[in-house]
Amino acid sequence: MPQGLSKEARQGLIMVSPALIYALLLLAVPLLTIIMFSFWTQNFLTINRTFTLENYTEALTDPLYRALMLRSLRISAWVTTITVILAFPIAYFISFNVRPEKKALWLFLITIPFWTSYLIRIFLWRVILAYDGPVNGTLIGLGVIEEPLSFILYNATAVVITLAHAFAPFAILPIFVSLEKIDRSLLEAARDLGEATIMTFLRVTLPLAMPGVLAAVLIVFIPTVGDYVTPRLVGGSGGTMIANMIYVQIFDLSNRPMGATLAVVAMMAVTITLAWAILHIRFWVHLSDGVGGGVRGFVLAAAAFVIEISVLRWVLLNGDPYFGPAGTMGVMAAIMVGGAIAIAVLLPKGRWGI
Amino acid sequence: MKRVRLSPLAIFAGLYLLFLYAPIILLPIFAFNDGTIIAFPLQGFTTRWFGDLLNTPALHEATRNSLIIAVSVAMLSTCLGLFAARAATRYNFPAKAGIMGFIMLPLVLPEVIVAISLLVVLMQLGLNTSVYTIILGHTLLCMPFAIAILQGSFTGLDQSLEEAAIDLGETRAGAFRLVILPLVMPGIIASLLICFIISLDEFIIAFFLSGNEPTLPVYLWGQLRFPARLPVVMALGTILVTLSVVLLIVADIFRRRGLLRTGQSDSGGFL
Repeated sequence: MPQGLSKEARQGLIMVSPALIYALLLLAVPLLTIIMFSFWTQNFLTINRTFTLENYTEALTDPLYRALMLRSLRISAWVTTITVILAFPIAYFISFNVRPEKKALWLFLITIPFWTSYLIRIFLWRVILAYDGPVNGTLIGLGVIEEPLSFILYNATAVVITLAHAFAPFAILPIFVSLEKIDRSLLEAARDLGEATIMTFLRVTLPLAMPGVLAAVLIVFIPTVGDYVTPRLVGGSGGTMIANMIYVQIFDLSNRPMGATLAVVAMMAVTITLAWAILHIRFWVHLSDGVGGGVRGFVLAAAAFVIEISVLRWVLLNGDPYFGPAGTMGVMAAIMVGGAIAIAVLLPKGRWGI
Repeated sequence: MKRVRLSPLAIFAGLYLLFLYAPIILLPIFAFNDGTIIAFPLQGFTTRWFGDLLNTPALHEATRNSLIIAVSVAMLSTCLGLFAARAATRYNFPAKAGIMGFIMLPLVLPEVIVAISLLVVLMQLGLNTSVYTIILGHTLLCMPFAIAILQGSFTGLDQSLEEAAIDLGETRAGAFRLVILPLVMPGIIASLLICFIISLDEFIIAFFLSGNEPTLPVYLWGQLRFPARLPVVMALGTILVTLSVVLLIVADIFRRRGLLRTGQSDSGGFL
């Protein structure tokens, strides 16, 4: 026992240690192992343990891996956006319009589908979106379309729809919790002081709910990047994601080091993207506040967003001749990480706890 | 008199529920549909797909594996979670936020990452994947859920109850057994049931670690490739979904009873 710990601290550590040791052995050790593997190479069944960056060079420069990684991030970004936008009104409805004694029932209703077989739910989306499925049937029946829509199955759109369904409760619950915490007298005060309902929502409710929205973004974005089942069942060839490639590397090509590398790259890509996004929100809010907020602030922040995205896009598409394939990734990472670090150092922590 | 008025928000909420429940509503429709193609129009009522389930030996094998795994996982993760949740609510210790955050990490980590890292370690150690390795993986995944549920039971606990028991001459362990444990029992049962459901439905880790001992979802996945087997899959899915929903309702009843016992108001939901 370490010296100087209080009796309470010691008891607490003893109590938490079984779970901690379990997580260390089955999570920390395996994660470190795949990081180690990512620096090795494999020839048929023998693993070559010389340290090399070969896998990383290949993972970052091969157009196939690059395309899969970017597609995974893009699909996840869409899923996150759609899920959060659809979830907000529901969380708002339950928090503000449902009677207190009925809230638990509503939350229960929303979480039930989440607890039922993931595989079956996704497979049924294939049935729902199919060429002769209920969606097309209804739309034709209503006379909205004449030919069945073929663009809603076996592509990225289908993956986005299906994942937006699967992760709905993950977005609703954190937003609901943050809405519940809002002191209702603040809203009354805003209205008493003459603010319109819409403005009360935009200037009081929405900012106070932002921590929940950000939590929802994290909880939806991180797991969806690594989803395997949905792209396999409804994605077709145009909806394949990075997890499918990791599976192929490990089981079909039995190239474990490459599979490990892709997993590490996926985790890094998720971390960099999220850190970039969160720190840039701080920057955009700061910009917007600088010109007094409102429409002008929004336009300025949006312009900053578009400019940076265009620069990154240009580097990605045209960077190879200038910087070399690996260099392009380096330049992109430098812009993203550099900008994020600059914001973290230069700008004080702003609203919403970010 | 209160008039029921449908606001646009309520209509949206209704449509959203329909969106959430669409797959689950369709599932039994196709399970009882007398046609081999999973599409509309329906062909008539039949229960023969459920009958087919009875004479599929591979399915029985998978069911047995799944039940062994789910029961072991429920007990293991609830035991581990019980201590961790107690530590998190009752004690202060160094690096508490970091330690708890790390234990809860599997909640957000993509499952594929957890699955391949476990698989690589097992292969490296020369261990074969089996029912036992799935138990290990599922426990890692279920532990955060068990902790979240049990933390809910522990937080409402009045600490003076335990102190009173100790003042009256009980040992610390005795006070825990006689006073605390009965109060959190509903939470423990809810945690057991939820971990059982998660393990029963979990696919990715089971798929990567199953070797030649498939669980129900892994068996289901294999059947999805054969169009002729799809109605049977629908029937199996209906049974699994019904089982999950029933267990979930029971778990929720226990969770509420636990909240009532410790005198908390219901904040709703397991997460």
